[in-house]
Amino acid sequence: MSSPLTFLTEASNWTGPDGIASRLGTHMWVSLTAVLAAAVVALPLGVYLGHIRRGRVAAVAIANLTRAIPSFAVLAFVVAAGGGIGFKPTWTAMVALAIPPLFISALVGVAEIDDAVVDAARGMGMRPRQILTLAEIPLAVPLLLSGLRVASSQVIATATLGAFVGYNTLGRFITVGRANRDDAMLYGGVIVIVGTALIVDQLLRLAAKRSLQWRKAQQ
Amino acid sequence: MDAEPLIRWDWLGNHLDDVWERTTEHLLLTVVAFFAGLVISAMLTSISRRWRWTATPISAVTTVLYTIPSIVLFAALIPWLGTGLSVPAVALTTYSLVVLTPFLIVAFDEVDRATLDAADAMGMTRRQRLVSVEIPLALPAVIAGLRVTAVTIIGLVTVGGIFGLGGYGNLIQDGLNRAFPTLIVVGVVLSVLMALVVDLLLVAVGAMVSPWRRSR
Repeated sequence: MSSPLTFLTEASNWTGPDGIASRLGTHMWVSLTAVLAAAVVALPLGVYLGHIRRGRVAAVAIANLTRAIPSFAVLAFVVAAGGGIGFKPTWTAMVALAIPPLFISALVGVAEIDDAVVDAARGMGMRPRQILTLAEIPLAVPLLLSGLRVASSQVIATATLGAFVGYNTLGRFITVGRANRDDAMLYGGVIVIVGTALIVDQLLRLAAKRSLQWRKAQQ
Repeated sequence: MDAEPLIRWDWLGNHLDDVWERTTEHLLLTVVAFFAGLVISAMLTSISRRWRWTATPISAVTTVLYTIPSIVLFAALIPWLGTGLSVPAVALTTYSLVVLTPFLIVAFDEVDRATLDAADAMGMTRRQRLVSVEIPLALPAVIAGLRVTAVTIIGLVTVGGIFGLGGYGNLIQDGLNRAFPTLIVVGVVLSVLMALVVDLLLVAVGAMVSPWRRSR
């Protein structure tokens, strides 16, 4: 009876197209591109709406609504709507799930900035563009990073789900481990996925903490 | 899925009993996890308030547990607990308490110290103070936490359907296996609908149990 530990320490499980290294690479690469694509869509819109102080009510409504939509439902829906299987539905669902937290954190992060700060920036002779890039966006960074953390954990979890629609991510160790009743592989996969999720989460928490320290020093 | 429409209404009409069964399963799992999570969260909150040093480890554990993708937790529990009700019950209760506990801790922490002093000065016992001052004042924040928790659990029950653990997720998984979009659409729509209805219900309960807020 092999244990998850022997599964993880066996070199042959790490190499090859179905090895841990390759699937981890796929998992992280698709997560990264999905978050970037979502950021390109969500951040400019969120920052702009925050800048003109509009849409806070809509942001709250979106936050509530998106919490009600499970990631598995999004994924299955993309498949049902003819999105095929494998990379395409997984990536589409990941982008769709990453947009709301990024959008909301950008909007709220900018909109909640004290009016006095914006007035001071204007009083110093800053142009609207400078107010945005030198005052509003830097001050929104801590909240933006927490939005990024929520988006990343969503995305990493959804990439795992991608294995259930035929995509070769880390979730594959769970689907194959289950199908073959190979608990060592199943729990090995669980350890790698949870470890990855925890590391990314902690790194982003650390970054958010750093960005707050910077803000304190400025005040 | 060339000619297959997103939804076949005649299927829905012929399978209402099926859909109803999934609805009761989904609701049952949600209710069990919700109340079990509420009880455990309340205990954790009172522990962390009575012994301050426990607050840090409690929040550390809830943070770590929350990071675990739900699909992974389900998959990890199945070889242990089989495919009965116990896997979704344990996994969902875990998420329930993980989401709710931070809300409860903050809700009670934010009750104004001066108000508590006033209650003490009026000669209230600890229990009286808790029941007639602290809980009513913490209630709006508690309700907000309960709403997030309920909506989260309903979504996670759906994820459990991947492993056939019951609820609307089973419909979705069947739909994926059989390449039959109607099942997927019905499962997705009903799951979101249930979340919205329960959310509104909790808003109504919140308004009912704190009538003094209505006048403001």
